[in-house]
Amino acid sequence: MPEQLVFAMEVILNGLMAGVLYALVALGFVLIYKASGIFNYAQGVMALFAAMTLVGIMNGQVPFAHLINATFGTHIHYFGWNVPALLAILLTMGVMVLLAWAVQRFVMRHLVGQEPIILFMATIGLAYFLEGVADLMWGSEIKTLDVGLPQGINLWIDESTFNIFGYGFFIDNLDIVATIIAALLVAGLVAFSQYTKQGRAMRAVADDHQAALSVGISLNFIWIMVWSVAGFVALVAGIMWGTKSGVQFSLSLIALKALPVLMLGGFTSIPGAIVGGLIIGVGEKLFEFAIGPMVGGATENWFAYVLALIFLVFRPQGLFGEKIIERV
Amino acid sequence: MNKTLATMALGALMAAGPALADLVIPDLSYRTGPFAAGGIPFSDGYNDYFTMLNERDGGIGGVPIRMVECETGYTTEKGVECYEATKNEGSLVYQPLSTGITYQLIPKVSADGIPLHTMGYGRTSAANGEIFEWVFNYPANYWNGASGAINHLLEENSGDISGKKVALVYHNSAYGKEPIRTLEELSKKHGYELALLPVDSPGQEQKSQWLQIRRDRPDYVILWGWGVMNQVAIQEAANIRFPMENMIGIWWSGAEPDVIPSGEASNGYKALAFTATGDDFPVFDDIKKYVHDAGKAAGAGDKVGTVQYNRAVYAAMLASEAIRTAQEIHGVADITPAMMRDGMEALNISEDRMAELGMSGFGPTFEVSCQNHGGPGLVGVTQWDAAAQKWNVISDFKPTDGDVINALITEDSGAYAAENNLSPRCN
Repeated sequence: MPEQLVFAMEVILNGLMAGVLYALVALGFVLIYKASGIFNYAQGVMALFAAMTLVGIMNGQVPFAHLINATFGTHIHYFGWNVPALLAILLTMGVMVLLAWAVQRFVMRHLVGQEPIILFMATIGLAYFLEGVADLMWGSEIKTLDVGLPQGINLWIDESTFNIFGYGFFIDNLDIVATIIAALLVAGLVAFSQYTKQGRAMRAVADDHQAALSVGISLNFIWIMVWSVAGFVALVAGIMWGTKSGVQFSLSLIALKALPVLMLGGFTSIPGAIVGGLIIGVGEKLFEFAIGPMVGGATENWFAYVLALIFLVFRPQGLFGEKIIERV
Repeated sequence: MNKTLATMALGALMAAGPALADLVIPDLSYRTGPFAAGGIPFSDGYNDYFTMLNERDGGIGGVPIRMVECETGYTTEKGVECYEATKNEGSLVYQPLSTGITYQLIPKVSADGIPLHTMGYGRTSAANGEIFEWVFNYPANYWNGASGAINHLLEENSGDISGKKVALVYHNSAYGKEPIRTLEELSKKHGYELALLPVDSPGQEQKSQWLQIRRDRPDYVILWGWGVMNQVAIQEAANIRFPMENMIGIWWSGAEPDVIPSGEASNGYKALAFTATGDDFPVFDDIKKYVHDAGKAAGAGDKVGTVQYNRAVYAAMLASEAIRTAQEIHGVADITPAMMRDGMEALNISEDRMAELGMSGFGPTFEVSCQNHGGPGLVGVTQWDAAAQKWNVISDFKPTDGDVINALITEDSGAYAAENNLSPRCN
């Protein structure tokens, strides 16, 4: 087999893995948009906030320590204990539920009935507020996140592909774990929305708010639940990306990777987020591999958007999005 | 009417006039945003050194120093806003810690007559003081860094790297592109093969670049990143099992936050340096006594001895020595920005003076002149010990390739002079 073809296969596999990571971020956007029509600009910052909270809890860090010390002249930074990863994840999930409640209670509840652009602007404000709160709570240093996920080359794939192609493929163990977790997450979300009372209520609200209200579904509860689930997805994305690069401010920028995925897959479809992520991941990696060297490289950031725009020309609602027909 | 006019005039005078008998040092910091991990310790060190001088000596030459901090978030627009907001305070020298901001400030400081010190960053050809009257980048610039990296590879290979493959993984920005020309010229001289691998900002995703490195198998990788790009690059290098000792970063890719997230995997990674590592210097005793113990630290006081903190202490020391020199030259304590420029051009950092300051061996010794705003370009090499969690110096501050670098500086600064219709000074 020609060497370039073998390399291209490795690139495609890695593109698929990268796509799963993009899809993880995009899922959070889809959940909230589907249920409430809000494009949640703060989803990336929620991933940052969740990851920082997880590391802070695991390390026994005192939240708002700098503020407390500056106010009271104390020098406390740590409680002096470490929390096991699993328990810390559960506690972080609790914090994300609290955050969901606070967002609903103090922001979204006051904006019911407002234009979508107003709600979008509110989430921009929320994003900046959360960035500041996260820094204030946990500090802005880069933190190492280790919840026990494996990292580095998968030797089995390396050896197997070497035996077949004479060249061992590089696949990161972390990407394999991310793929499995993403698959479980999507299966769990689908099962939740199909087979649970709350999930069906969520779908009812997504279909028609007024009709859902008329049959006694609490919009307030559903929206808190949706923001909580989005918070959980943000936590998963934060763990994956935070393990790769350390937990730091840049995690919030991963939202930029989700936008072309949403444009391509549609804002209302969970499978769309996954398929969109995979197409973007493979597309950008293949383009960088084949065309990048001819144009100076670093094409991935812009090519993802070009790819999404091409799809938009033919399917404005995205691959799996709902077609909006408005009659005059 | 007259009373109103008089009140307005007094108000305007109070608002417009800088506070007298203060040496104003602006700190264009970035304690927030994607690059805060580098910005915070630098800003802490820069502030703490001046605070120490105020507390211990009552300032410089009897005049207290007033720090004016302005948050840029590492964005060029905010950096320019900060400059505009602080320049009329009587600011003596700007240290923006950003190449992007530096490029925007060069024409502004030149018009306003305020010195700009871009220590180890910024526009490299600003080392030519004949063209760049108000800009200084001593003691080393990017091209010294590029040459320092190649010199280290030459040392490792008994002076011969012909036929070797060297990959430059760089931040796809003005900062990251700075070393390319130098590395290209040096590749002609030494016969190595140079591969260029840009990474888009911020650099969270670098899989393509490292897959290419795995395929092409370069002998060495030079890393030219900042912020998250550094951590991801080092982790990806570890993932593909690239030998860490064959990877060398510019000084902005060689601080603790860059290597700690990768844990043991980053052991052996190298980085260039123009300041010492660790806290085993008498100057830190004074900083601890007069600043941290007195509760006057700019930050949490936990960054002493880290790479960026030390670098900032060195930058602050250079600024304070330039102020001292300017005071001596002009015979006044309350100096102006123009006097500061004179002090920077007459700066003499000697071994004796470094010892007096409690910083013997902390950084290179050098002299600045009207012609040479770039200093000696001495570059050292450090290596990360993951088990001990510290950087070890493995090569002292050594000269870089002046022949190649000076020719490039002359060429680039000449082009700038032609574009801006400038005549060489220092005659």
